[in-house]
Amino acid sequence: MIPLSHYLVVSALLFAVGTAGVFLRKNLITILLSVEIMLNAVNLSFVAFGRFNGTVDGQIITFFVMTVAAAEAAVGLALVIALFRTRESLNPDAFTSLKW
Amino acid sequence: MTSLIPFIPLLPFAGFVVNATLGKRLPKSVSGGLASLVMVLSFLISAYLVWQLAQMAPDQRLMTNTIYRWMASGEFTLDVTLLIDPLAAVMLLVVTGIGSLIHIYSTAYMHDEVDSEFARYFSYLNLFASFMLVLVLGSSFPVLFVGWEGVGLCSYLLIGFWFKKKSANDAGKKAFVVNRIGDYAFLLGMFALFALFGTLEVRGIAAQVAAAPPETGFGLLSIATLLLFIGATGKSAQIPLYTWLPDAMEGPTPVSALIHAATMVTAGVYMIGRNAVLFSHTPDTLHIVAIVGAATALMAGTIGLVQNDIKRVLAYSTVSQLGLMFLAMGVGAFGAGIFHLYTHAFFKACLFLGSGAVIHALHGEQDIRNMGGLKKYLPVTYWTFVIGSLALAGFPFLAGFFSKDELLFETFAEGHQILWAVGALASLLTAVYMGRLVFLTFHGERRHDAPAAADASTFAKATADKHGHAAGHGHDTHGHGGHGHGAPHDAPPAMALALVVLAIGSVAAGYVGVPAALGGHNALGAWLAPSFAAPVEAGAIAASAAPGEAAAEGEEAHDAEHIALERTLMGVSSAIAIGGLLVAAFIWLQRREIADQMARSFAPLHKLLLNKYYVDEIYDATVVKPIEAVSREGLWRGVDVGVIDGAVNGVGSIVDASSMVLRRLQTGSVRAYAGSLFIGVVLMLGYYLWR
Repeated sequence: MIPLSHYLVVSALLFAVGTAGVFLRKNLITILLSVEIMLNAVNLSFVAFGRFNGTVDGQIITFFVMTVAAAEAAVGLALVIALFRTRESLNPDAFTSLKW
Repeated sequence: MTSLIPFIPLLPFAGFVVNATLGKRLPKSVSGGLASLVMVLSFLISAYLVWQLAQMAPDQRLMTNTIYRWMASGEFTLDVTLLIDPLAAVMLLVVTGIGSLIHIYSTAYMHDEVDSEFARYFSYLNLFASFMLVLVLGSSFPVLFVGWEGVGLCSYLLIGFWFKKKSANDAGKKAFVVNRIGDYAFLLGMFALFALFGTLEVRGIAAQVAAAPPETGFGLLSIATLLLFIGATGKSAQIPLYTWLPDAMEGPTPVSALIHAATMVTAGVYMIGRNAVLFSHTPDTLHIVAIVGAATALMAGTIGLVQNDIKRVLAYSTVSQLGLMFLAMGVGAFGAGIFHLYTHAFFKACLFLGSGAVIHALHGEQDIRNMGGLKKYLPVTYWTFVIGSLALAGFPFLAGFFSKDELLFETFAEGHQILWAVGALASLLTAVYMGRLVFLTFHGERRHDAPAAADASTFAKATADKHGHAAGHGHDTHGHGGHGHGAPHDAPPAMALALVVLAIGSVAAGYVGVPAALGGHNALGAWLAPSFAAPVEAGAIAASAAPGEAAAEGEEAHDAEHIALERTLMGVSSAIAIGGLLVAAFIWLQRREIADQMARSFAPLHKLLLNKYYVDEIYDATVVKPIEAVSREGLWRGVDVGVIDGAVNGVGSIVDASSMVLRRLQTGSVRAYAGSLFIGVVLMLGYYLWR
């Protein structure tokens, strides 16, 4: 059986990839996808912990997260469309007027 | 019966409330009529209660009504108690009686005002009367002080009644500020008395103080009474705080009558009479009172001699007569002082209302150099004015004669010959300037376009302005007095009524106090005596410690020597009065050039008197200007702008400057925020993992 630490390492790597995507990519849609990767990294560790402990709690939490992620994706994409309509751009650096 | 007492001040107060709230919508007849009616009702209640008081045994004449407990703190309690004793009874009748006449007179005098102004005037007048009655009826210092401050407020409102005129505003402010200086001392005096006696009830203090011998030397008690007296100098226009009273002539003339005759200025004299026991235990203070009174009488008399404004002459005459009252108080002749207060109320109200009738007839002219020959146009005013003047001058067997004579006699009999001489000189001056006033106003030729001195012309302009405001048409009074409107018309009925009643009073009022020397028994003196003695609760001690006044005036029979002395002095005062009037008649009826010659040959003195000894200028230079300078440069530019504004603005600047730095953090870039969030989480996790 694959030990728990392997799952956790994969989860941490995925999370780091997602985080890097959020910070480094210049496209709002890609950033949203990166956020999804981060969420799924967390899901992976939940399921791994649940399996390791022999309970279903981790899986239940994962369903919650997936629900929230779906909602978040819907709202996020709607915002992206709205932003694109005003600025004709998907670069997050174009949306810095909320300052000072 | 005693339950009626609160209605005496409450009725005028109700009149004030109605006129102040609904006055704008009421026609003049209703607002003026209501104001007069409440005063007359108040007078009737007072008369009834005084009549009841007279039915009691002489040493038990006292009515009190405790309305409620004002404050209770530990041992100290203070009730709002109204009290009528013989002294308060005299004042009550004077305030309500003469107050009523002045209200009635005002309904005619103020008739040219628009409805709302008319109602405002009467609401102030009623409020004034109400506060004055509280002052008279209050049985303790705080209650008295409520009235004391109230009349100060109302005098401000009434003097500045024509508030569109700057001089009236200034005069009102001056009266208020000068009064406040006195009030401050009065408050300190009250605190001192409380510290000494632990009570502020007048009778309680009197009972305690009567148990002790009079204070020798100048101790705490003397300081307390001196502070009270300083309060009285403010309210009663004595040196050094008298300057507000002549300026108070800016108000409507009936107000001058009300302030100078029935109320307010008598408050200081009354307060000393009310605390006669206390004051007679501090001979040093009494001595100061007497000297200040005599000095004021003389100084104001000399100023009155050269003034050209009809109301100002009367104002200085008031200051002078108040000085005589204080002289009487100061020599311990409390009864004589109150007697003079009472007779003075009649003839001074009569004179002021008479001068009001003259001013009314001449459409705002106040300069006596522009009058003359009014006798045939204004017969009622003329005769009442003459009677008032004679009474004021002390012409034999008129009201002023008895009271002034008794006052001077008591001064002499108490052994103050110098003060008597000063008082007699002041009486001579009174006779001369009243003669001058009558002759210049009513006799001789009708004069217009008199060469006005610089100060007088500005004043005439001011009165012309007032006239324009008051009468509502722009007729220039200066120089046209008699032409544009034909002959001046005499006082309308409501004004004539008040004048005639007051003139009768000026003749008859003195007969309540006919001295023993003329076959009377000084009924007023005997009536007042219990008020100046210690309260009966003090028992046997009070009888021995009662002030000399009571003994001198009351039961003790005047011996033959006294009577002879009094008759002699009476002859002297009569001679002074008649002599003064004759001198005035000679100068201003026969040989007017003498007056001008004298003014020229004593030019510096004349100028000094005309400018009122430059007291206003001296006060301006020594008090007002320094205070202004300190306020402007020190308090305004230094403390307010520098310290207070500086602190407030400094806090603002610090916040502003630090925000200038901190706002750079707010970049608007979502990724920067996310980055800082990430770094923060990493730091926190790192702290918990590696600590």
